[in-house]
Amino acid sequence: MPESLKIEVIPEGTVIDHIPAGKWLKVVEILGLTKPNGGTLLIASNVPSKKLGRKDIVKVEGRYLSEEEVNKIALIAPMATVNIVRDYKIVEKFKVSIPDEIVGILTCPNPNCVSNHEYVLPKFRIESREPLKLRCHYCERTVEGEEILGNL
Amino acid sequence: MDWKGRDVISVRDFSKGDIEFLLKVAERLEEELKKGPLDYARGKILATLFFEPSTRTRLSFESAMHRLGGSVIGFSSASSTSVKKGESLADTIKTVEQYSDVIVIRHPMEGAARLAAEVAEIPVINAGDGSNQHPTQTLLDLYTIKRAFGGIDGLTIGLLGDLKYGRTVHSLAEALAFYDVELYLISPELLRMPRYIVEELRGRGLTVHETTDLEGTIPELDVLYVTRIQRERFPDEEEYLKVKGSYQVNLSLLKNAKETLRVMHPLPRVDEIHPEVDRTEHALYFRQVFSGVPVRMALLGLALGVLG
Repeated sequence: MPESLKIEVIPEGTVIDHIPAGKWLKVVEILGLTKPNGGTLLIASNVPSKKLGRKDIVKVEGRYLSEEEVNKIALIAPMATVNIVRDYKIVEKFKVSIPDEIVGILTCPNPNCVSNHEYVLPKFRIESREPLKLRCHYCERTVEGEEILGNL
Repeated sequence: MDWKGRDVISVRDFSKGDIEFLLKVAERLEEELKKGPLDYARGKILATLFFEPSTRTRLSFESAMHRLGGSVIGFSSASSTSVKKGESLADTIKTVEQYSDVIVIRHPMEGAARLAAEVAEIPVINAGDGSNQHPTQTLLDLYTIKRAFGGIDGLTIGLLGDLKYGRTVHSLAEALAFYDVELYLISPELLRMPRYIVEELRGRGLTVHETTDLEGTIPELDVLYVTRIQRERFPDEEEYLKVKGSYQVNLSLLKNAKETLRVMHPLPRVDEIHPEVDRTEHALYFRQVFSGVPVRMALLGLALGVLG
């Protein structure tokens, strides 16, 4: 089946494409799509991809995700593209980008950080995008590379 | 920038202009104090929340508030508070702010002061959060250097000892990046300054040398900032025993130093500076203790909006 048909198969909603293979569950968790009002999910996993070799695709039927919402997944799926579908047609398409502030997605790897002990959402600011380096808003420690992926 | 109501959490929150302004106010207060008691903060209450022990910092804040004419409430150990009953930090802060006009907090967790400042509507001053920041210590260190040398630019400064866990040296190094100084980081291999801090200092244009050789470095220095190797910060006692007593500043070592070298230490010391050094012109650490009062008076007064 051609790629375009796979993407346009839902009548209304959001299609998140170019997710690294095996990461669809994390994407769904981060976007809160497992909740009862999260919308019907269609998952395509381990699909051949020219860009990534293998990729996952998440389709959320009947729900439109905003750019801000989807940007949350940029930490694990930096190449992801998002298609907004209305009446079987892609009406909007954008690439994800990492937001300046990352709240409630990544836990701080510092075991003595207050965000791991008190009732507070972990918060990070971008220190650099290339290479990606984040700074914990609370303990001020920087996090990069594998440490980011390991604490999602 | 407007200081009234401002939190003092991290050296990162300050500009060089903020620091210079604060040091000037401290200098002014030190002069005013010579003439007699002050009453800038009459009717104001400081709450000191010390979740871990620190005699020096707590007494210095209390002295600063009394010298400003205000009063103090607080506790000096978490074991005597509702924290022991399981109360959250946020709830403790929300409660204490009903009784006071400004809060000073010392807490064993990194980021605790930032969280307290987010919860409280009154100003919060960080008196040390785990191994992260100790900004008021840094400000008094800068003040001490400035008073001793007339300025900070152009100096060669060595930081010695526990550079891994020592929050005072983390904050001080970051603040020194505002100035034109050369920095020597002298420590055992196991206690080197965290990579991210060294990279940041270099990124901000500072010349930074890392070494284990104190004897070879001492002739270069204008300031030697000594820190204690803190047993209580080591996750592993074995690690502590490997580095315990690595360095001692004594008269024999100081023979190779510039006559004008000044030795600083946030105190308390154990055996890293021999008491015989106290009698020399090199010793600046007790003057450093004194600096805590005018600097903290300036911070409290500015945050309360009673000084400008």
